[in-house]
Amino acid sequence: MKFLLSLYADAAGHEAFVTAARQAGELVGGHALADPSLSAVVRVVDGVPAVTEGPYAGAGEHVTGQYVVDCESRERALELAALLPGGVEVRPLMDPAGLEM
Amino acid sequence: MDASATERLGDLLRELAPQVLGVLMRRYGGFEECEDAVQEALLAAASQWPAEGVPDSPRAWLITVASRRLVDHVRSEQARRRREVAAAVREAPDADLAPAPGEEGPGDRDDTLTLLFLCCHPALTPASQVALTLRAVSGLTTAEIARAFLVPEATMAPRISRAKQRIKAAGASFELPPPGERADRLDAVLHTLYLIFNEGYTASSGPDLHRGELTAEAIRLTRLVHRSLPDDGEVAGLLALMLLTEARRPARTGPDGGLVPLAEQDRGLWDAALAEEGTALVTAAMSASPLGPYQLQAAIAALHVQAPRAEDTDWEQIRILYGILGRIAPNPMVTLNHAIAVAMTRGPRAGLDLLESLDDDPRMARHHRLHAVRAHLQDLAGEHVAARENYRLAARLTTSLPEQRYLRQKAEAHGEAG
Repeated sequence: MKFLLSLYADAAGHEAFVTAARQAGELVGGHALADPSLSAVVRVVDGVPAVTEGPYAGAGEHVTGQYVVDCESRERALELAALLPGGVEVRPLMDPAGLEM
Repeated sequence: MDASATERLGDLLRELAPQVLGVLMRRYGGFEECEDAVQEALLAAASQWPAEGVPDSPRAWLITVASRRLVDHVRSEQARRRREVAAAVREAPDADLAPAPGEEGPGDRDDTLTLLFLCCHPALTPASQVALTLRAVSGLTTAEIARAFLVPEATMAPRISRAKQRIKAAGASFELPPPGERADRLDAVLHTLYLIFNEGYTASSGPDLHRGELTAEAIRLTRLVHRSLPDDGEVAGLLALMLLTEARRPARTGPDGGLVPLAEQDRGLWDAALAEEGTALVTAAMSASPLGPYQLQAAIAALHVQAPRAEDTDWEQIRILYGILGRIAPNPMVTLNHAIAVAMTRGPRAGLDLLESLDDDPRMARHHRLHAVRAHLQDLAGEHVAARENYRLAARLTTSLPEQRYLRQKAEAHGEAG
């Protein structure tokens, strides 16, 4: 199962997480995000793209970085997230496969 | 080389991989080093044989190349630090490397079984057991395994090497587990094969063709285990379950890639030969062996494929079998299926009552299937408004895109009905 780990704290102190997830073969990828003031939101209105400077969600807390892990269970994903600083949102990714009902 | 020749070459290499590894293990020991050497020999074969032709004795060729790679590795190791194992390898007479062309090694079948036991060692997590089995027993490359599990090769490689290190650290050797441990270890092997099958079975068509090949590989490996242990009812039961499930594959997805539920599948698309083989296997196993969970699930799958139309399904028999399964291997998913069978025989309310026993089960708290089944039974009971709400809830909770699409369609269908 794949999970997206979204971080809200400033990017530092990830070594324990990266080492654990990489060695176990659970780390799929990750990236640090630039400041949301550098973002732009694009909406196409009547066929014309309209660009608004700034983040989508306005003021408030912003994601500073993300990791994707592939692990056996939600419990394991929570365990890995606990190695990261600050509050970390652990959210499952959708799977392209499914079972018949 | 055309596609079918490439496929035949792949089949041949997969068949030979565990045999060659078994020979190296018995001769030199050292699972990690031997496995790496075999993998290199397989890669060499895959790149050389299409151009140069398959050698007269492919098995001997692979053993020779893998042994040389192993010797080379050990020598380069030795250059850095002297190791005792190097001496042993150096002294191995070359004449011993390869059997006569066409000769099958005496222990090949048992080697595959022994390797499976090793790869499904209890020191490993299920995911590591799956990855290592596909590499060491099936001879797949790390890149192929990574593709099948939709992760980068850089993610899969440490998973496999850590698994090999754990086996080394656990002091596991290349021999069958002692009789006292055999049953538990066989359970682990069967569970791993079941997981490989499921990984392929849940894959939708289209972008995930690589995952679909996993079902074929799981069936092939389970056949090998069945050949080694023909009297084990659960091995036969698992093989039957896989064949009977695989038989329905062509009907599982519609032309648009959407999931088609069992009751609505075009039964003419089911693979009759697989269904027949699976049914015969499970029937024979159940009459000769103690009952087990795989046999019961296979027997239920057999009852489904025997019904010419959905309304011909022998739900009474299925209800009884789920009742037994729930007693010998209790599990919330069994209870869900039992509830459906109860609803089909004693009415939807009786099924809904049985579902209530799962409401307090923490394993089902976030599970969409409980709500999907409840919605289905409420539908049968004529409670369409409640059904719609539960279909919506199930659609929110599933992490599968095709399941979500199906559940949303069910919820919307009720928007019109009432």
